[in-house]
Amino acid sequence: MPASSDTALLIEHLDVRFGKDEDAVHAVRDVSLAVRCGESFGLVGESGSGKSTVLRAIAGLARDWTGRIAVEGEDLGARRTARFYETVQMVFQDPYGSLHPRHTVDGTLGEPGRIHGLANVDARVLELLRDVGLGPEFRFRFPHQLSGGQRQRVAIARALMLEPKLLLLDEPTSALDVSVQAEILNLLQRLKREHGLTYILVSHDLSVIAHMCDRLAVMNAGRVVEELTVDQLRRSEPSHPYTRQLLKASLGYDRAAVDALETFD
Amino acid sequence: MSGPLLEVDGLSVRFPTRTGIVEAVRNISFSVGREKVGIVGESGSGKTMTGRAVLGLIRPPGVVQARRMMFDGVDLMSLSERQLRSIRGNRIAMVMQDPKFSLNPVMTVGRQIAEAYRVHTAASSSEAKRRTIEMLEAVRIRDPERVYGAYPHEVSGGMGQRIMIAMMLIPDPDLLIADEPTSALDVTVQMQVLAIVDDLVSRRGMGLMFISHDLNLVASFCDRVVIMYAGQIVETCRASELHAASHPYTRGLLASLPRVDRPTERLSTLVRDEAWKTEPGVDARIL
Amino acid sequence: MIDRTLANGTRTGLLGWLTTDTPTSRAQARCIQTYLAWLGLARNPLAMLGLGIVVALVLAAVFAPLLAPADPLAQDLSRRLLPPGSPGYLLGSDELGRDILSRLLYGARVTLYIVALVVVTAPVFGLIVGTVAGYAGGWIDAVLMRMTDVFLAFPRLILALAFVAALGPGIGNAVLAIALTSWPPYARIARAETLTIRNSDFIAAIRLQGASPPRIVVGHVMPLCLSSVIVRVTLDMAGIILTAAGLGFLGLGAQPPLPEWGAMISTGRQFILDQWWVAAMPGLAIFTVSLGFNLLGDGLRDALDPRSGR
Repeated sequence: MPASSDTALLIEHLDVRFGKDEDAVHAVRDVSLAVRCGESFGLVGESGSGKSTVLRAIAGLARDWTGRIAVEGEDLGARRTARFYETVQMVFQDPYGSLHPRHTVDGTLGEPGRIHGLANVDARVLELLRDVGLGPEFRFRFPHQLSGGQRQRVAIARALMLEPKLLLLDEPTSALDVSVQAEILNLLQRLKREHGLTYILVSHDLSVIAHMCDRLAVMNAGRVVEELTVDQLRRSEPSHPYTRQLLKASLGYDRAAVDALETFD
Repeated sequence: MSGPLLEVDGLSVRFPTRTGIVEAVRNISFSVGREKVGIVGESGSGKTMTGRAVLGLIRPPGVVQARRMMFDGVDLMSLSERQLRSIRGNRIAMVMQDPKFSLNPVMTVGRQIAEAYRVHTAASSSEAKRRTIEMLEAVRIRDPERVYGAYPHEVSGGMGQRIMIAMMLIPDPDLLIADEPTSALDVTVQMQVLAIVDDLVSRRGMGLMFISHDLNLVASFCDRVVIMYAGQIVETCRASELHAASHPYTRGLLASLPRVDRPTERLSTLVRDEAWKTEPGVDARIL
Repeated sequence: MIDRTLANGTRTGLLGWLTTDTPTSRAQARCIQTYLAWLGLARNPLAMLGLGIVVALVLAAVFAPLLAPADPLAQDLSRRLLPPGSPGYLLGSDELGRDILSRLLYGARVTLYIVALVVVTAPVFGLIVGTVAGYAGGWIDAVLMRMTDVFLAFPRLILALAFVAALGPGIGNAVLAIALTSWPPYARIARAETLTIRNSDFIAAIRLQGASPPRIVVGHVMPLCLSSVIVRVTLDMAGIILTAAGLGFLGLGAQPPLPEWGAMISTGRQFILDQWWVAAMPGLAIFTVSLGFNLLGDGLRDALDPRSGR
């Protein structure tokens, strides 16, 4: 299927493996999906479902993959180009691990600009800090002087430095307190509107996906088991039993429902 | 038996740090009967310290003070370390978050559980093995003989947590303190593990102190909910009445949760009031 | 810039600049971190003792001409082997009538020279080899690590003997021998740290910014390996000093009449029973300086190790 220009991301028959030979883990199996420009697409699944691996394969962080990945109509090869990095960026899960502990906020934010030779890096840094709700007083602090929510804001600002169109969000709020999560999710919504971004959001939390996304794909054991819209999810219309189970479990503990849970392998 | 299983009166936990004294828990009072009580709070609320303080697991330089901590008629504050050891594990048990870190990686599962049993009873090794297999069956492990001889790294997270529960419940304690027992598990596995805890607790008439950051989960699983903020108890109510909570922190927390069944354009964010840190807490003892 | 604490508790002056939580430049931010690390070190009395000894060594070396009561090379055979406390000879005189104290002070220069030369070569080289090997992986890693193993296998003293046989005795060759055999442990440390760091999210993030491997290794990996290497260097210092002294003792390092501490012990051997101070004084100097570096190294490890908490 040719990729049209309003398809931000197209994946066809993606397979990702880790390790070699018999020890190889087949993390992603024959995954295909398409994300339109301006959309928020969710990838939900439990641990080991391969959802984060899909993001890493798109980002060029997975070495052993086969299939087709096309960003804005252009197929990706084994290596990523500078133009790719100016189109696609990623926000990681752990705010405590995604910022270099010895670099100031200014250093971390300014580096992508300096690598790509942007003009006015200083002005951009201040502008980005404002954009994510942090004042200029944060500019020369180190990560250990910031709270989890503040670190995640810096990580988001860093991702926006190169003015990408597509943002890959790998469980961006899983490591944060509930009240901080709400602030970060609101921030992400605002930034999407203001910058016209496309989001691919990975999470194990169905309620976060339902809040943020328009469409979602449910993954289990490396495969996509179902693709549906959030509306369909809300009206309890999932067709696949795994999705129904996930939805029921996300609503809270229900002793009666537990006996009906099956394991899907 | 009349009266609650555990009654805590005026518990405080303090840690001296370079920049002054940090009060992790401030003068809280609560009780746990033969019921499921959920203690909910965000990071820094003091909920984990509360659980550890009950079991006497806080080492110097941390300082634990309480007017009274009555467990089954005995004041835990007045016991020596040796006496506490006979209660710990035996009458009050604790399950923690990640079985990866709480199971001994170089001992087989069966041996660890059997050891836990023999520490508190004078059982022979064959009796201990029999009881262990029984416990493994009680936590719905399908092949208990195989799991008995397996090592912790050979079992999945959900099974590891069930093994933890088996190990903690084998001496038949009266009170179980569970500190984020399912946070590291997938959501469907969470439900299964909680169902096991639910059944065991109600069948044995145990009390359960369930510490978690997940308000939704606690509200659906527990009988009573206690909400902590900055070392204080700010609210307590029956789980079924949580939606009618009155404290602004609780209401704020509830409102900021995204929900599948409640679409909203923007999540409401919590506005913290400094006054919450200094107002007197709520007494959460059942009277 | 007088430091004052104002009525509302904020501090002015230099201390205020160093304790603010909103630095206004990268330089200020780094100064603040250094200051905090210093505070961490200063809390450890033994580390301060070690630091004091090291500073004393440096001052003795720098100000030797001012501090030394006599010329270290001036001989006076009528005043040979005088005991410590004799007028004009605080620590006694050696077999050629030279003042031992002056020789110790000038000998500090030799010691410092050896230490400084080794420090700027071996750890730097080891850090580069280790980080490149750890980050690149594959055959580059294999080749570099085999090279490291080869150099690790050389015994220091034997290599020094070989160098002396080939190139003649002297301090320079002694330093070369020591440096060539000291760098492998740093490579190993750096590689081990790099392997852990390589899988961090912040490295994945900077790769996603399009950073080249050299930029990542120099700007992101090396700064994190630096504290382990610094600690190791300080702890190795004692060994380096002892090795240099050993070489001097064997006559392989500094040549007479240069007042190198090890050589002084060697010549003092003959008088050890009756005029013990000729050998014991330089021995004490070596012991003190080694101890100082060890204490400082231990303190630095506690202060710089991120795991021990801030």
